[in-house]
Amino acid sequence: MSSPALVRHPEDSMPATAIAEAGPAPAATPPAAPPSFGTLALRWYRLNRAGLRAIAIGVTSLIAFLLVWHLLTTYRVVFFVRFTNVPSPLAVYASFSKAMHDPKFLMHILLSCRRIFIGFSLAAIVGVPLGLIMGRFKLVHEIIFPVAEVLRPIPAIAWVPMAIMLWPTNEQSIVFITFLGSFFPILVNTLHGMSLVDPVLVRAAQCLGARERSIFREVYFPASLPHIFTGLTVGMGVAWVSLIAAEMISGQYGIGYFTWEAYSLVQYADIALGMIAIGVLGLGSSLFIRGAGRLVMPWRTT
Amino acid sequence: MSEILASTPKGHIEVRNFSLAYETIEGPVQAVTDTQIHVKPGEFVSIVGPSGCGKSTLLNAVAGFLKPTTGIVTVDGERVNGPSAERGMVFQQYSLFPWKTVRENVEFGLKMRGMPRSQRERAARTLLGLAGLEAFEKHYPEKLSGGMKQRVGIVRALATGPKVLLLDEPFGALDAQTRVIMQQILTNMWQRLKISVLFVTHDIDEAIFLSDRVYCMTARPGSIKAEIPIPLERPRQQSMMMSSEFLALRRGLMSLIREESLKAMGGEINDMGMQGLSIELHGHSLADVI
Ligand SMILES: Nc1ncnc2c1ncn2[C@@H]1O[C@H](COP(=O)(O)OP(=O)(O)OP(=O)(O)O)[C@@H](O)[C@H]1O
Ligand SMILES: [Mg+2]
Repeated sequence: MSSPALVRHPEDSMPATAIAEAGPAPAATPPAAPPSFGTLALRWYRLNRAGLRAIAIGVTSLIAFLLVWHLLTTYRVVFFVRFTNVPSPLAVYASFSKAMHDPKFLMHILLSCRRIFIGFSLAAIVGVPLGLIMGRFKLVHEIIFPVAEVLRPIPAIAWVPMAIMLWPTNEQSIVFITFLGSFFPILVNTLHGMSLVDPVLVRAAQCLGARERSIFREVYFPASLPHIFTGLTVGMGVAWVSLIAAEMISGQYGIGYFTWEAYSLVQYADIALGMIAIGVLGLGSSLFIRGAGRLVMPWRTT
Repeated sequence: MSEILASTPKGHIEVRNFSLAYETIEGPVQAVTDTQIHVKPGEFVSIVGPSGCGKSTLLNAVAGFLKPTTGIVTVDGERVNGPSAERGMVFQQYSLFPWKTVRENVEFGLKMRGMPRSQRERAARTLLGLAGLEAFEKHYPEKLSGGMKQRVGIVRALATGPKVLLLDEPFGALDAQTRVIMQQILTNMWQRLKISVLFVTHDIDEAIFLSDRVYCMTARPGSIKAEIPIPLERPRQQSMMMSSEFLALRRGLMSLIREESLKAMGGEINDMGMQGLSIELHGHSLADVI
């Protein structure tokens, strides 16, 4: 306070104060001459070095994985695990090229995707609002929470017989299982997000004239979004797990059924193809959720 | 805007026979007892006191977040019974909405009031200009420095044209230089808007430099120990902090607070002895040490 340097501070000069502060001030960067392509490329390289490194290592490790797989299968290694009947990468690739022109394979994939889409969407449409309401209204929480806690630990696969009894068609029971699998992670994470909303933000909104409904829409909901998206990501993963299990047990179509059928028909290459397809689809759908999260939460850059 | 830049001072705060006890498992905790304060329209009043004496409690009751156990809080004759946009509040923990840009944060109160988008955008821009923040209107709060965040917080609280502005240690987390600048900005806005300000701080210099009057509270359970008018003329300059008048006020307030702080800490330091403590504190503000 008594530092003499501070005494010189010009009174009443608002704009000067903006500069006086440390912190990000992009507006203050002076317009320099446009840099040459070489410098730009170099700068880009420096900024993205870590990312490039990760990509390079990732690609190498994938290739190494394929190579090991190839060696293990061509030499039919038996060392505790038996690779005698495991298809080689090339065999899987051959069956993949064949499958790409096979409308039946595409239909398996399409049907699985449709089941995921319906089951997961329903889970999100029910789970997110329910979590928000449970987080806000104690009574609803007290009524629903005990039931949810009892049902939650039951794995979706354990629901298969019950689902078959409950629903008139196989299709509906599979979608139901997918729904159940993703429903609980979505509900629980939304609830968790609601419980972490900073009360100071609620107070700030109240001081600015916000009523119950606005506080819900403008504070509780956006504040919970990061956790809602965690729930959606986890829910999507569990949805695939549940779907594949349900399809293997009770399906007639779908990528899970395809994989199981390949085993029964002794088409070993198709087993691996089904597995890889499931992996790729699961990865794609979780990337999709992450992308949606970025779009919906532009303030979270990290 | 005409409403915001009103010309007649407003916001007469009155707190009478006030006491507030928190209910806990061990029974009621008396935070504030038998307190009377008032802020005249357009006046700048600070509350200082030892840590835990109930400053925030008192301020939160004026804001409408807490109900007095006894007594009454009124603003312009109307009884306070819940938070409202008439009483703007600035919190120590910045409390900007992270999902809204700087301008959207400032617009929030106007949006709640149902002002059309284009109109509130214009109002928010004008206000941000007053605080030297127009270049940051599209930024998210996360990207701002502490001082900028708090400036946005003040502008946001003022945007709805409240009668009074309540601030709870708003500059507590800022470094000394930024703090000085923020004080200047706050004074500036207060003088333009002619509203009354109730300002809680533990920094004695800050209280004297900013206020027309300072209330000093006793240790818990808090009540008003002294009311000190600050006759320094305005506009105030940083150089005034060296003046004998300022230093005399500072000495007076400091000894009041020291007494109370020692009382408040009495239970915790009885072994160390008062002597050692007062030597250590020589030349420093006790509030800074706490
Ligand atoms: N919710 C609560 N329940 C019980 N006791 C509380 C509660 N909030 C505050 N207190 C107690 O009431 C007293 C006054 O608290 P308050 O926060 O108003 O003090 P303060 O003067 O603002 O302190 P500080 O300078 O640390 O901010 C404190 O002793 C505190 O322990
Ligand atoms: Mg406090």
